[in-house]
Amino acid sequence: MFKNNLHHIYAWLLLSPALILMGTFTHIPSILTLISSFFSTGTKKFPSKFVGIENYEMIFDDPIFLEAVINNIWYAIATIVPSIILAILMALIVDSKLSGRVLVRMAYFTPTILPMIAVSNIWLFFYTPEIGLMDQIATNLGFNSQNWLGDKDTVLNCIILITIWKEAGFFMIFYLAALQNIPPELKEAAFLEGSSKFYFFRRITFPLLMPITLFVLINATLNSFKLVDHLFILTKGGPDNASNLILYYIYETAFSFLDSSYAATLTIFLLFALAIISIVQFMFFDKRTHYR
Amino acid sequence: MFCYIKRLKKIIVSTLGVLLFFTTQLFGIELNMYYPVAVGGSLTKIVDGMVDEFEKKNPDVKVNAIYAGNYNDARIKALAALKSGKPAQLSVMFSIDIYELIEQDAIVPFDDLVSTYEDKAWLYSFYPTLMQNGVTDGKVWGIPFQRSTIVMYYNKDMFRKAGLNPNKPPKDWDELVSYGKKIVDSTSSWGVMIPSTGYPYWMFGALTMQNDQVLMNGDGNKTYFDHPSVVGALQYWHDLGNKHKVMPSGTIEWGTLRKNFLEGKTAMMWHSTGNLTTVKKNAKFDFGVAMLPASKRRGTPTGGGNFYIFKNTSAAEKKASLRLIKFMTSPEQAAHWSKSTGYMGVSPASYQTSSLTNYVKTFPPALVARDQLKFATAELSTFQTGRVRKLLDDAIQSVLTGNNSPSSALKKAQMSADKLLKRYR
Repeated sequence: MFKNNLHHIYAWLLLSPALILMGTFTHIPSILTLISSFFSTGTKKFPSKFVGIENYEMIFDDPIFLEAVINNIWYAIATIVPSIILAILMALIVDSKLSGRVLVRMAYFTPTILPMIAVSNIWLFFYTPEIGLMDQIATNLGFNSQNWLGDKDTVLNCIILITIWKEAGFFMIFYLAALQNIPPELKEAAFLEGSSKFYFFRRITFPLLMPITLFVLINATLNSFKLVDHLFILTKGGPDNASNLILYYIYETAFSFLDSSYAATLTIFLLFALAIISIVQFMFFDKRTHYR
Repeated sequence: MFCYIKRLKKIIVSTLGVLLFFTTQLFGIELNMYYPVAVGGSLTKIVDGMVDEFEKKNPDVKVNAIYAGNYNDARIKALAALKSGKPAQLSVMFSIDIYELIEQDAIVPFDDLVSTYEDKAWLYSFYPTLMQNGVTDGKVWGIPFQRSTIVMYYNKDMFRKAGLNPNKPPKDWDELVSYGKKIVDSTSSWGVMIPSTGYPYWMFGALTMQNDQVLMNGDGNKTYFDHPSVVGALQYWHDLGNKHKVMPSGTIEWGTLRKNFLEGKTAMMWHSTGNLTTVKKNAKFDFGVAMLPASKRRGTPTGGGNFYIFKNTSAAEKKASLRLIKFMTSPEQAAHWSKSTGYMGVSPASYQTSSLTNYVKTFPPALVARDQLKFATAELSTFQTGRVRKLLDDAIQSVLTGNNSPSSALKKAQMSADKLLKRYR
């Protein structure tokens, strides 16, 4: 009996650092957010009061939020797929016997270690019409000058490009580690059997990379809802919300409109959406993933 | 050896302790002040210099001047500090934050802090136009400090190249278009650029005032976005890019515009006077500064930051804050500030100081902002100001990118603004 109790205490003590940290910075704030989403934002004139699901009804009457959601879905798809493909390609390149591959690895990884805000300031000037890098290349090739960030049709794709550039190198590291874990005997055996390089990749390398792909996929999905730093510098969600994303809109609601309750409501909405996406991804891919 | 290090540690710790004790004794009051920088350049050094001088003259007060990003960041940081219970005592924040700050119950009116006749007179020593954004409910809540108007910077060399008189900048909207066309025809540059990201509503405030219509009432609870003159102003802005082709179409980035001008990609730009000193330092061509052109009249909104004192501070801290603000806005300091940044001297007295009179003699463009003040109006500021401003910003951008017509975009913005402001009437 006594020994059993001691085991319990021991277990809780071991768990406590993580529990305290997660509690303080994740779980308690989440619960507080949930609670405040049922109240109105208090000001001097209009004190905070219980409003039930009124804030949630507002979501469906908010065209800007709808636009942000649609933008975000496109942003997610258009960043995740290319950055994963790029990451695999880059990993394959720097995993092969290439002269100077340390340099190439470093070059691929550099965007990841740069702070997003600094990077955005650089890209802001890349995209500037007339004097920017993009425009100078385009006009030298005989194309017309293009207002990259000032046009509703191009702005979101410009943002997406930066995100891919920033993320692919990060995911490459995971793939590189996974590639180096694949036993070389498999390769030797496959080539003895006369399989082509592409066939080997399709039937052996890629399936063995699946656990990493699942991991990267979930991370990339979360990132596509989390990564909005560059919007602050580049577009502030404009022009006319064409590059507005959910998290940026939440930030604006909380800190520019000072409406913390509605921001809390939007946060809860995002939280549930992300939870559902993650669960679906796990359930769907778990069956198709071979863990060793 | 180990023992020696231990002893050394002890000595260091105790010295630090004693030092800390003495510094708190020496500086009776410690003030935290947030301030924003919106146009870049070396403004932080200038503020630090002014604060140092204040500390030299007031050894009992220690001021921590904290650079807090742009206007938005400064407000967020100040309000966050307020909620955390360790607030700043005073702050330079956006002049148009006044209604939000009152709604958050964050600031005190200066009328409650001044008692002597001299102090009361000081409250009225500033340009009245600059006070418009700082007064509501019959009380003064903000003291002008880093204040600007919009002016037109133009490239005289390019004017000469296009056969225009470099000393005659366009005085009305028609001339702006015809001059712009001449420049586009004879050079490879654009005629004019008006920035439409960051603060589109601010630039728009100039166009509407030129069309003789303000954007909101003095109580901050009604907007006039769908007034025909406002619609006309947006139509003109749209036409500059899409019909007359003297400006790029789409939105124009606030942050890179100065670079565009300095690189000679546009002959004219509308920008804050806060850029003046930086442009002066970096322009490799002959440039001029002019008042904005007129439609029915000349016009510009004022802009920039005011001093606010926070409510949640002790009486002694409020007094010290008032002393600091009085120092920072005194004619000599205002003159120094204006000279080193391009922001305007906030009081008529600052333009009578010898340092500023001498400066404007050698550099007349520094006077344009002041002379334009008599045509100026308050910057857009209402209750729910963040949301209302965004409504107008979105409307402007949707028109400039060619996705909506001025009348329907502004009507929509007005309807939504009415919905937000109804309960404040």
